[in-house]
Parts: sequence; structure tokens; C-alpha cells
Amino acid sequence: MEELKHKKVIQGLLGQIRDQTATLSLPKKIMEVCGTHTMALHRYGLKKILLDVGIDMLTGPGCPVCITPNEIHEAAIELVTENRNFILTTFGDMTRVPTRADSLQTLVPAPDSQVKIVYSPTEALDLARQKPHKEVVFFGVGFETTIPAIALTVKAAAAENLQNFSVLPAFWLVPPPLRALVSADDVKVQGFLYPGHVSAIIGTEPYNFIAEEFGIPGAVAGFEPGDILLALRSILAQMQRGEAAVTNEYSRVVRKEGNRTALTLMEAMLEPKDTYWRGLGRIPQSGLQFKPEYREYDAVNKYALEIQEGSGDLPGCRCGEVLQGKLAPPECPLFGETCKPDSPYGPCMVSYEGACLAFYKYRR
Amino acid sequence: MCLGIPAKVIEVDESNQGKIDYMGTKVKTNFALVDNIKVGDWVIVHAGYAISKLDEAEAQETLDLIREYLEVSES
Ligand code: SF4
Repeated sequence: MEELKHKKVIQGLLGQIRDQTATLSLPKKIMEVCGTHTMALHRYGLKKILLDVGIDMLTGPGCPVCITPNEIHEAAIELVTENRNFILTTFGDMTRVPTRADSLQTLVPAPDSQVKIVYSPTEALDLARQKPHKEVVFFGVGFETTIPAIALTVKAAAAENLQNFSVLPAFWLVPPPLRALVSADDVKVQGFLYPGHVSAIIGTEPYNFIAEEFGIPGAVAGFEPGDILLALRSILAQMQRGEAAVTNEYSRVVRKEGNRTALTLMEAMLEPKDTYWRGLGRIPQSGLQFKPEYREYDAVNKYALEIQEGSGDLPGCRCGEVLQGKLAPPECPLFGETCKPDSPYGPCMVSYEGACLAFYKYRR
Repeated sequence: MCLGIPAKVIEVDESNQGKIDYMGTKVKTNFALVDNIKVGDWVIVHAGYAISKLDEAEAQETLDLIREYLEVSES
């Protein structure tokens, strides 16, 4: 789909978008829910071009590394600094998130313990198989895109009765924080660019309430610049007609009903729970936890970890507001001063999907 | 981290394990989350798992939708 990067295609779509905005009252505030969209908007210079035609793109809560509150990171740090023979595995970005104490990258592990970066949860599972005398914990962070993969490793571990493997879950669901955002009256989102790969799992229907109950248009988008512009064109067309729907502009990957195999697996192994998000606070039924029959593979349960909601917040970091589209990263007093990619103060400057990193990296 | 990459399936066994070719690199991939995968299919891979199979007809439709811009540039 190289064509979706083609300059003529981009210019053609931008021309149409310009014509559309000429008929609308401006500016229009449209939230890109997903951090990967934030990155793409900046990388291709679309953020600024769109602003010039009256479309103000707001950053959203779709960066799993960013919305995981620090107290969960601190629990992971505690595991590997206070216990011998532990291997704490996680995705690369997670190791660089600063907390009140250390980050997973800077901590000094207990003797015979270590932190190891993995690309897939299966690597953590393999490690547990290869090193039966070590306790292997996968710090599993993710939205609906990643949760099924992590759940499958627990399923495999349970089938093998592998006792030295567990998951420290930071499982986030996309629709509940969107409900929280549109219900709050301090953020005025007029349209939603829905995440492409979360939607590959959940389908398009879980967003219907935003159109039906709140009258806000939206479209599911892929990650090429052409994909994003096609989705924006669809949102603007809905605005022109005075309608609100959820359209699918990433139909080569996303089916309306989502990925049934993954959804069935999640329903079988996990259950929703009220969960505390960085910046957004406690949101009803916005996270997932393992069902009782899999709890022995949940590190919180297995090692009796105490995680106190909101206790890890870093004073001064405005990441929480950035994640709700309330603040643009450069408006944070620490942006580019105390907080930079090589010396991040908050997670939004760490993650490859972090809005602060996107703004910093592609600032002009 | 949420970035899913489109890649071509080059190997798949009966236990749903296999490999994809991502820009010339062979990467071990688990296909348990997608049904009826065969060599030559295109999939989106995330954290070592294929999460969706690319629908060629739908991909073609998107291409048709944007082709007009390319034609303008060629003429
Ligand atoms: S610039 Fe740094 S300190 Fe400010 S909100 Fe972003 S991550 Fe937090």
C-alpha cells in the first residue's frame, strides 16, 4: 500500500479536506485516540498542515506505556530489586519510564536477578521454560491489541503447569476512557480518529455509543498518511451532513465484528475491572484481570503486591492532561527543558507512541 | 509498541507457529489468533503474533479510491 504514502495522493486528499472545511465552522477539534497516529501525524508533517486548514488534532489516551500509572512500574521495580532469582521481562519502552525511585533500566537488581527486554511475550514464556530455577515475570502492558497475545502465554503456561511464569498485568481497554472523556465537560472533542489495530481486535461496534449517545462522528484509521486523511475526510463528511457514525477507513485490516478468535479468548480468560489510569483516574470496567482460575499466573496475586492507586504520580509532569487532549506537550513547563528524550521526566517523553516525544522529535 | 507491521507469511506449521518476511527479515510469528493462514497471505503482526489477515479485496477498494490522484499525476 505504498500508494498511501504517495505525494500526489496526500495532496489530492488534502485538497478535498480543504474544500470540506471551507463549508464548516472552524476550528474543529478531532482527537487521535492512538499514540501511533500521533507519531504518524507528526512524522508526515500533517499536524501542522491540518491546523492550517482549521483541524486541531488533540492527543488521546492511546499510549499504553504512558497511561500505566507509576505505582505499577514501582511494583515491577520492587519485584526485581527485593527478590533474588527473578527475571523481569517487558517491552523496551517500559524500562525507561522514570518513577520516584528508579526506572527498570537504572535500578540495581537483587543478586541473581535481572531485567530483560523482550519483543514478544512468548520470549518471556520461553525463558521460563529454559530456566526453571528462576521466577520469570512478564510486565505485560497493552490495549486490546496486545492482551490476547499475553493471555495466550498464560494459557500455554497453565497447560504445561509451568510454575515459574507469571504476568504483571497492565491491561487497558479503549472504549471506557473515551466514554469518560466525552462525558466530562472540559474537553470538547468534535470527532474521533479511532485506532486501527485495537479495532482489528474489537471491531467497530464498541464505538457506536459515541455516535449514538453523544452525536460525535468518528472513523477507524490505518497508519499511512493516506489512511489518516481518508478517515478525516470521512469524519468531515459526517459533519457536513450533520450526522454521526463510526466509519471504517481501514477495512483491509479491520472487520466490523473484530477478531472473533481473540475476543473469545479474552472472554474466556479475563474479566473487566475498575482500573486506575494515569491522569484519568479510576474508570469503571476499563481494565481486565485474569479470572480466578488463572490468578496464580497473575504476579499481583502470586507475590501479594500492594499497588496503591495514584501513589506514584510525579509532581510537575503534565502527561495526564496530555493524554486527555487538554494540554499540548509544549505547554508543559518541563517540555524540552527538564524533560527531553534522552533525559525524560515523564512517560509521554519515553514511549514511541508518547505525544511529548512526537512533538519534540518532529518540532520545527 | 502498538505498531503492527504488515508482513508476508512464509512458513506456517500445524501448531500455528511460523515465520513472516518483514522487509527481507524472517521473524518467528505465532498465528494462533488468525484463522486459516497460509503461506503467501499478508498479516498484521504485533508483539510476535499475527492479529489480522489483510483482506485483498478491501485493499483493492482503497487503492481504487485513491487511484484517481495517481492518474492525475501521471497524465
Ligand atoms: S514534557 Fe515531560 S514532564 Fe511534561 S508532560 Fe510531557 S512527559 Fe511529562
